[in-house]
Amino acid sequence: MPIIEASGLAQRFGDRTIFRDVSFTVAAGQVFVLLGGSGCGKSTLMRQLVGLLPPTEGEIAIAGARITGPGAGPALAAARRRFGVMFQSGALFGSLDLLGNVMLPLEMFTDLPRPDRAARASAKLAEVGLADAAGRLPAEISGGMAKRAAIARALALDPPLLFLDEPSAGLDPITAAELDRLILTLRDRRGTSFVVVTHELASILAIGDACLMLDRNAWPDAGGVIAAGPPRVLKAESRHPVVRAFFDRTPLAAEAA
Amino acid sequence: MPGRRISPRLAAAFAAATGGLVFIGALVTALVRLPANRRQFRLSDVAREAEQAGFRALPLVLLLGALIGLILAFQSAIPMRRFGADIFVANLVSVSLLRELGPLLSAVILSGRTGSAFAAELGTMKVNQELDALEVMGLDPVTLLVLPRMAATLLVTPVLTLMMDAAGLIGMTLVMVGFGYSEPAIQAQVQQAASAADLAGGLAKAAVFGAVVAAIGCRAGLATGNGPRAVGLAATAAVVGGIVATILLDGAFAMLFYRLGW
Repeated sequence: MPIIEASGLAQRFGDRTIFRDVSFTVAAGQVFVLLGGSGCGKSTLMRQLVGLLPPTEGEIAIAGARITGPGAGPALAAARRRFGVMFQSGALFGSLDLLGNVMLPLEMFTDLPRPDRAARASAKLAEVGLADAAGRLPAEISGGMAKRAAIARALALDPPLLFLDEPSAGLDPITAAELDRLILTLRDRRGTSFVVVTHELASILAIGDACLMLDRNAWPDAGGVIAAGPPRVLKAESRHPVVRAFFDRTPLAAEAA
Repeated sequence: MPGRRISPRLAAAFAAATGGLVFIGALVTALVRLPANRRQFRLSDVAREAEQAGFRALPLVLLLGALIGLILAFQSAIPMRRFGADIFVANLVSVSLLRELGPLLSAVILSGRTGSAFAAELGTMKVNQELDALEVMGLDPVTLLVLPRMAATLLVTPVLTLMMDAAGLIGMTLVMVGFGYSEPAIQAQVQQAASAADLAGGLAKAAVFGAVVAAIGCRAGLATGNGPRAVGLAATAAVVGGIVATILLDGAFAMLFYRLGW
């Protein structure tokens, strides 16, 4: 059974349609990449998938349970125990140190005694390479560390599905590659599924099992899907001009030369 | 017939009113669900907020209370002395402080100091997507963030008011002693003028003011928009909204107490 099934999704804000007719499935254990240029609706689509924004049209099911539409509140609440989310900014709670951030979901949703919660949170921080930073506040760490800590928090309850919004944005190439390796390790060792929003080409090719490419001009009046499939296949075979422009982009230095 | 567009100001006022109603609905829902969500209501947060809103505000409350007592006594002594009635300054100041000025000024201090802080904290959390993070974790921001702040201010505002009343009476006593009245005479006048009901009514008002100021500050924070000015605007809205609501509520209490014959 697919871990996510989305059909006919659309989002309108007033008179403006961000995208429409977006349908896709994400298989269990897959790294699924949402990609596209700025303003095409990637982050809006992710907000729909995690239940922060009810779609104007369409349906979303997670692990077979419909989480949109009337009466879906309990299913959404149950689904939220089965996925974790890393926001673009990390969204760590500033008043808690990193250990406290990772312990919060354990405190709220498990009956573990405090020492066990602390041990489990420490293990999650160690898993993302932050064992030595457990006592530091979010304001005292770098952007890359904040993103890794956010992944540790999202992993606290061992969910089978993780949503990552722009995990590589603003990071140096080495730290971005470390994050990509972490994603692949989690997929391979635990079978965790990922939905990753990004437009970092290197990252897409390194981690993506499947992808969905959105474009703001897919329809005359709205954005939507222009391509779907494994990223390497799209890179090699797609003839869509936007897809070609995306995968064939060359560094400015090369253009200048 | 072509439709007429609603003016942006009217639309904004309507949005603010409906947003306020939605917030009240969320508060009621959170209170009803509190027994089921009691883990999300953390007493450590209540204690931390009470320390911030109460203990740390104490020096300011004591200073302002003493100054208000001094100023009221001086200002009222000048005309009353002409009629040889300056001993009744003690009556005037004690009733004014216990019934009106103590709770009102405590709530104004709370609006400026704590309501704005709540708006800024929650506004910053919203801008940083921390509120989204709570929601996707299945946690209710109202239960986790708003209710502890309201509980803390509900508890500390009567205490701050009591401290302000006491400081104001001390300030008044200093002026009256300066005018040559003995402390027992002043004390007798205060006991004759002000009753326990005056004090209790003032403290009850203060508790309501505290909870409302906290709710307005939290609502302003949760409704913070986007952009660099948004958090500042939220803090301003919290202070203005808190002071206006306090004065409106004070008027409502005045009518209620009049009806009840207090």
